[in-house]
Amino acid sequence: MNYQTQEFGYRRSGDQDAQTPVHHAAVIVGAGPVGLALAIDLAQRGQRVLVLDDDFRLSTGSRAICFAKRTLEIFDTLGIGDRAVEKGVSWNLGKVFHRNELLYQFNLLPEPAHKRPAFINLQQYYVEGFLNERARELPNIELRWKNRVANIENGASGVTLTIETPDGEYHIIADYCVACDGSRSPIRKLIGEESKGQTFKDRFLIADVKMSAPFPTERWFWFDPPFHPNQSVLLHKQPDDVWRIDFQLGWDVDPEEEKKPERVIPRVKALLGQDTEFSLEWVSVYTFACSRMRTFRFGRLLFAGDSAHGVSPFGARGANSGIQDANNLGWKLDAVLRGAAGDTLIDSYCEEREFAADENIMNSTRSTDFITPKSEVSRLFRDAALSLAKDHPFARRIVNSGRLSLPSAYLDSSLNTMDEDAFEGGVKPGAPALDAPIGRGDVNTWFVSELPSDFATTTLTATQMIECRHANGDIYASYRASPEWIARYNAKPGTTYLFRPDHHVAARWRAYDVKKINKAILRAQGH
Amino acid sequence: MLLNIEPNMKDFDAFYEALIESHRELTTEQSHEMNAKLVLLLANHIGSIDILRDAMRRARVDTVGAGLTALESEN
Repeated sequence: MNYQTQEFGYRRSGDQDAQTPVHHAAVIVGAGPVGLALAIDLAQRGQRVLVLDDDFRLSTGSRAICFAKRTLEIFDTLGIGDRAVEKGVSWNLGKVFHRNELLYQFNLLPEPAHKRPAFINLQQYYVEGFLNERARELPNIELRWKNRVANIENGASGVTLTIETPDGEYHIIADYCVACDGSRSPIRKLIGEESKGQTFKDRFLIADVKMSAPFPTERWFWFDPPFHPNQSVLLHKQPDDVWRIDFQLGWDVDPEEEKKPERVIPRVKALLGQDTEFSLEWVSVYTFACSRMRTFRFGRLLFAGDSAHGVSPFGARGANSGIQDANNLGWKLDAVLRGAAGDTLIDSYCEEREFAADENIMNSTRSTDFITPKSEVSRLFRDAALSLAKDHPFARRIVNSGRLSLPSAYLDSSLNTMDEDAFEGGVKPGAPALDAPIGRGDVNTWFVSELPSDFATTTLTATQMIECRHANGDIYASYRASPEWIARYNAKPGTTYLFRPDHHVAARWRAYDVKKINKAILRAQGH
Repeated sequence: MLLNIEPNMKDFDAFYEALIESHRELTTEQSHEMNAKLVLLLANHIGSIDILRDAMRRARVDTVGAGLTALESEN
């Protein structure tokens, strides 16, 4: 299936003939990876979801290509984890070069016994294609293509949307509307808001080339290589024999000129060798900003993904953080729509994901400042660190070619119940579940994949079994704990973890106590 | 005690950010002056001439690759 050429026809909806605007519980604007992930999450929880998109196609060009372990675990809950990992190129290892010398390498998943790798590389159109096919399996998701939101009225009791289609305008009312409409978010503009932050004066060329090359499936990053002096270069493998090459160009270049094959091909040949045969798949020149909206919530209108926050590509924190936004918002919105939680639970989406955005922006800004020094002295320090790094291990830790996406731990979240018992490590309240092998009868399986989509507790028994209970206390499964699981959770007999529906830890104790659990669940529902 | 060249800081990224930030809006000349003062402040804090000599030697070798005789002969 060629997801880049797939087209989705416009279809007239019954809403367009209604006398009064039709009411919808959840409306998502934008059928990109974030919007689709949120739609699937909500639909799997039983909500009816309407997705509007102004286009009729999925992503053009490979765009986001690095999907992190946590994102893959979320993809598992959405039903596309296996497809993504099967098609994607798994990798754990990164190498950093200065000029033509290897400075050091790093392993992003140094310990074995996790279901998913640190990263896969996969073109964004595959991710969108898989999510779109999954969405279409769910009868309670309706996707409307060529439906452009032209106006928005953000009222206290609902969001009224004016939607433009090939055959005219119509209106709908949403209980909640989530704008997942990308970095240039038209919805953000319609309400007169901005994503504010720092723009970097540098340009980068993406050349995706098709070739059969002997390079290993690792992330290779060069500072000042002989084939592209004074700038940086990143090389990464994607499926279908496609390689992503990122060339730093500097600010004073003409982006239109640099996109021309006669400019791109010599740069690629300088890296690959004059005789290497390749074809250009996709070429793009980009600049970027690290920015975010002042808040992700305006009453019943919410923002998720690139519309809410932007980062530089170093660190793969764009699409990954957007998928994590969807993972955070899905269960909360569902609980509020079902009446299981009050509207204030949605404030915790802002609290947790604005914190995550700040963390991503901080890491991404630091990487960019290292890769693109802004002053003479900044470059002097950068070059000194690079030079020292070969013989001085400490300096390797200063070298920053991108700090790759890790999930945020919401350690200060108001939904957490603070530890009252002593833990030496383990998974702290607010942090996402850590994976480890577990067993069920003769079957070996994985802890994170077995967590349900609702609140659940796990208690280690004296016989090293993990007893899993629903919120009401009913046991739904019992698994054999592995030594890895016991170590990662710092578990002793009695140790009980409470997981939220998004698999973050809400609370933990050294003994199972129904009263404490019920109190912690109420707290995690924003009560 | 020898000069420690193994990682000896919890958060290198925070340190590096603070270092670059401390030079914000300085001219290159001011930055050089500030760096000189930084070296002197940190040298006093370290306090050991042996460690400082080792650091000077390493920084110099990494910069010019040779020319150590003057420094070495004083040891």
